[in-house]
Amino acid sequence: MTVREKEFSATVRQPNGMAIIDLRGEINAFAEASLHAAYDRALDSDPATIILNFSDVAYINSTGIALIVGLLAQARKTHRRLITCGLSEHYQEIFHITRLSDFMTIYTDEASALAGAMSNK
Amino acid sequence: MIAIRNFWQNLFEGREKEAETQPEQTAVSTIVNRIDLDIAPNDPLVSYFRTTPGVVDIRELDLKSAALSQLREAGVVLVVPLMSQGELIGMINLGPRLSEQEYSADDRKLLNDLATQAAPAVRVAQLVRQQQAEALERGRIEQELKIAAIIQQTLLPKSLPAIDGYEVAAYYQPAREVGGDFYEFLYLDDGRIAFIIGDVTDKGVPAALVMATTRTLLRAAAERLTSPGAVLERVNDLLEPDIPARMFVTCLYALLDPKTGLLQFANAGHDLPYRAGQTGTDELHARGMPLGLMPGMTYEEKTIQLNPGDTVLLYSDGLAEAHAPDGEMFGFPRVKALLDHEARGQELIDYLLSELADFTGEGWEQEDDVTLVTLQYKARPEEDVQFMNNGQVTTERQTVATFELPSQPGNERQAMEKVAELVGGMNLGNGRLEKLKTAVAEATMNAMEHGNKYDKNRPVRIEVQTSSQDVAVRITDEGGGPPEVVSETPDLAAKLAGEQSPRGWGLFLIQNMVDEMNVTRDEQYHTIELVLNLESNQ
Repeated sequence: MTVREKEFSATVRQPNGMAIIDLRGEINAFAEASLHAAYDRALDSDPATIILNFSDVAYINSTGIALIVGLLAQARKTHRRLITCGLSEHYQEIFHITRLSDFMTIYTDEASALAGAMSNK
Repeated sequence: MIAIRNFWQNLFEGREKEAETQPEQTAVSTIVNRIDLDIAPNDPLVSYFRTTPGVVDIRELDLKSAALSQLREAGVVLVVPLMSQGELIGMINLGPRLSEQEYSADDRKLLNDLATQAAPAVRVAQLVRQQQAEALERGRIEQELKIAAIIQQTLLPKSLPAIDGYEVAAYYQPAREVGGDFYEFLYLDDGRIAFIIGDVTDKGVPAALVMATTRTLLRAAAERLTSPGAVLERVNDLLEPDIPARMFVTCLYALLDPKTGLLQFANAGHDLPYRAGQTGTDELHARGMPLGLMPGMTYEEKTIQLNPGDTVLLYSDGLAEAHAPDGEMFGFPRVKALLDHEARGQELIDYLLSELADFTGEGWEQEDDVTLVTLQYKARPEEDVQFMNNGQVTTERQTVATFELPSQPGNERQAMEKVAELVGGMNLGNGRLEKLKTAVAEATMNAMEHGNKYDKNRPVRIEVQTSSQDVAVRITDEGGGPPEVVSETPDLAAKLAGEQSPRGWGLFLIQNMVDEMNVTRDEQYHTIELVLNLESNQ
């Protein structure tokens, strides 16, 4: 049996001065460089809120959690809000257990995340 | 035109034998020369004979014909073709007259008359011989069918397993041309029982022989190996080099632990068994290629928990692929739907067969072997349930599988997927398989990183155990010795404020994902045991 590494990638969309980072693949140690690069690109439009879209993420390990904690710390220093959408039930639970959900609102899908970002602008 | 040659050869052979036993007649054999003549159907000589009846003096012929040259070389002068219904069925070939005179008109007339009389007689002789050969062939096939049926029936189990709390029933009906179906029960030393069903492609004696070989290999492998996947892997590797081309064997190997009701199985391309329970019928999936196709195959292993009242049906394609007179196929969905009927055990077999008979109608010639085996779990055997002091019911865990992974970054994914495969059929409850996967991945990562320092020569060993109450995964690395300083509980606020490293979530996640976590260590090894209770025990 072989399990192929599902490579991580992150792309940025910036509709109406907002920033959405679409995450794909597995968030583990291998994801660090691409994740930070995407976060830096998202800052181009100086957004107040950055949405992390997890719809295409199948696996996040503890190192991945640490990376997200790092992003969250960075965002808070510069007074930006980080919110999430598309997390599976399992990872929503992990965000609760780790208390990440206390600092990053969890929206089920992108539309509600965008609405949430707008209302708190 | 082979018939011609054979016919004449046979005639001549008869003559030669006579000549040997009666030496005084050697004078005759000297003037009869045997001519091995293969005349191509498109040889111009054939069409010449067809259009020009009667005796032919081949010295005068001007044809580009290989057969003609051969005849001339053999010293033939006259050819009298034997024709029947426009077909050349033989030839009388004559050399020069012994009197050294030319053949007269009378000679030719005599030969023509002879040919006219002989041709139908020769034709009749040929037909008789052909019929005899066909009858012989038919007899041989009948004989083969009998042999195949004997091999098959000799090797099928003579009795059914008698297991406390369970009922096993089986049915086997060979097609006229026996297919390669087989089933088998093996009794392992640890009390578990293997249920095997298989089907060899092809029919008759070749299929029966391959079936017999496969059965022997399965028995030998099951004696040494305890996991269904490993047994199939071994049999595949032994069978593959020897199996005739275009033949292979589908085979399902299921291992029942009667004490716990756990059924562990692997499948080499056989029809998926069904488990009929109180909440409906499900297919028991496990991936694997048929035996004998390719070397080096691995077989997915699954384990399910049987509940009292459950029936597992193993069957061969003779049932699902039977056809009605209008060509409609019985089909797998129909088999599955029929399992909603309340009949179980032998009654279920009878019910399926009567439905099959209704479907195919009267006068159906069975297309393939039909094999059905049912395993019904009637009740939990009482004596194996131990009551602990606190009143909690528990049963002993059994090892389902043990495997090793080299300590390389990313390999935790394999650990996670493999464990998920192994316990995928267990009743863990909604979302809890995901929790176990996360816990296994994190514990494996810790083992590879902290225990084995990512030294790929130091593997992480993973053992999966199940009981009727819970699932346990034991992950062992070589980080034995005194315990390291216990890391602090991660505090997100402190991490965000930069007072703690953003990392350090692994152990915390594991503890929150499982119902029980136990750590043991000795001088060399360190083991973390993750336990998740089954839904029924939560």
